[in-house]
Amino acid sequence: MTIQQLEKKAKEIRLTIVKMVGPCKTGHFGGSCSIADVVAALYFHKMRHDPKNPKWPERDRLIFSKGHAAIAQYAALGMCGYFPEEEMWNLKELGCMLQGHPDMNKTPGVEANTGSLGQGLSISCGIAAGLKLDKNPARVYCIVGDGEMAEGQIWEAAMAASFYKLDNLLVILDHNKLQATGPIAERFNTSPVREKWEAFGWHTVEINGHDMNEIVESLDSTEKVKGKPSIIIAHTIKGKGIPFAENNAAFHNGSMTQEQFETACGIFSEQGVM
Amino acid sequence: MKMQSQRKAYGETLVQLGRENKNIVVLDADLSKSTMTCFFEQEFPDRYFEMGIAEANMISFAAGLSLTGKIAFVNSFAVFSTGRPFDQIRQGVAIGKLNVKICGSSAGLSDFGDGATHQSVEDIAIMRAIPNMTVISPCDAIETKKAVRFAAEYDGPVYIRVSRNDLPDIFPDDMEFTLGKPVVLREGNDITVFATGTMVYEALVAAEKLSSLGISARVVNVSTLKPVDDESIIKLAEGMKGIITAEEHSIIGGLASVVTYALRGKGIPVESIAINDEFGQSAGSHDELLAHYGLKADNIVEKAKALC
Repeated sequence: MTIQQLEKKAKEIRLTIVKMVGPCKTGHFGGSCSIADVVAALYFHKMRHDPKNPKWPERDRLIFSKGHAAIAQYAALGMCGYFPEEEMWNLKELGCMLQGHPDMNKTPGVEANTGSLGQGLSISCGIAAGLKLDKNPARVYCIVGDGEMAEGQIWEAAMAASFYKLDNLLVILDHNKLQATGPIAERFNTSPVREKWEAFGWHTVEINGHDMNEIVESLDSTEKVKGKPSIIIAHTIKGKGIPFAENNAAFHNGSMTQEQFETACGIFSEQGVM
Repeated sequence: MKMQSQRKAYGETLVQLGRENKNIVVLDADLSKSTMTCFFEQEFPDRYFEMGIAEANMISFAAGLSLTGKIAFVNSFAVFSTGRPFDQIRQGVAIGKLNVKICGSSAGLSDFGDGATHQSVEDIAIMRAIPNMTVISPCDAIETKKAVRFAAEYDGPVYIRVSRNDLPDIFPDDMEFTLGKPVVLREGNDITVFATGTMVYEALVAAEKLSSLGISARVVNVSTLKPVDDESIIKLAEGMKGIITAEEHSIIGGLASVVTYALRGKGIPVESIAINDEFGQSAGSHDELLAHYGLKADNIVEKAKALC
């Protein structure tokens, strides 16, 4: 896929997020839209995966350690054909396939149960170690939130990944700088980010998480790093692509009015995405 | 009476399983010389993961290993393998029904010297409360071997409780472990003593003492604390003057809860030998602690006399 095509996929993911949640219902828009470009690049460019065979042993794995951004993954999985499109319109309904947080036994393409923050990275490390034992060439991608960096378990996992030289593991840090209740720098500062990961023995790259060229280039370059895990620190904007939600902590887990919903759909429609 | 180490039996069984199945992996948080996973590390260094003193990461890491088809045995003292990573077990392992086996070593008061911080009085309660979790508390080294083997073959999360100290053999070497099945070790017709783990031996001693007092006690080993077959508990209790439960664990959420719930509405008096909703403490020996908390055969005898 070309860069332009990937950019369009990212917009489609964002529009799907808007439609899945719908007006007057609550959803994690902010952190899902901030990571949408990376998710598009992973599912439509980088990862080897087969929607018809979700358990293919050599598939690359994507784990949302920031499980609340699951709707970004659901949108991509639906677009890839992991499940019928109508499932997307039952989000969080009783008995549905698409839970509020990722459930591996309910949703094809979801690899683990995450949502209690800090755990997805450790799970990703375990998968990466298991793949190495089996000499399985698959790679593990893990999306971590910057608010999530406050969890001590992230650093336990960071040490383990480094100690076990998990070079088949790539973390993408969604560095949108907002936690649920406000700016991370003011609420509970987790800076400096890059220096921390470097101190824990990781190969680090910093990019604009909304620049598809930089995303694709960093996904390709980190694959070549051997002997240590890598992290792409993606500088992002929470709520990216939905102007009234951008940089607005209220849309961490917020709801759109009917008017806002129509505005959002209109913005994507103007960009040729509908 | 032959005494054997339950934890050594546990460690040796892991090695045997490791020889039979290359998917067995073992994780420990710097306690391998106490949990006896050091045996496995020695023979299978590539399949042994030293996780440092970081139990939360260890559980989730094991969950990840299981997602690649491994059968992951996670090890620490019972307090640290159930309490500290409760959330990791609940969220990452149990909801997904992952193939992770959690060993609670040095369980109950068996780490007598280290005090309340290292003694687990509530590990069974914690694990039983989690949906999808299977909970096993073997009573001797022989049953431990069988239970560990069962856990490896069973697809899903299992918690196994192991004592630190040597225990008298209760079972013959050829015993068969059946999940959820209470096993009658001694027949009797006045009372039934349901016991688990280290208290099974105490129950047998009590039954012997009771027989000289003219009280006939049935002794039942309840090593599976979840899932529980209520019907078999009822059958083994019906017609008795009274029931006694015995466990080296809090009275809340363990065997006492299992049995009293199973016998609800039956009108059979039930008494319990357990730790009465309090923490442990340091002592010079395990036995001294058992006596202090009222967990000896004589305590069972006293309860039985009151019931008959």
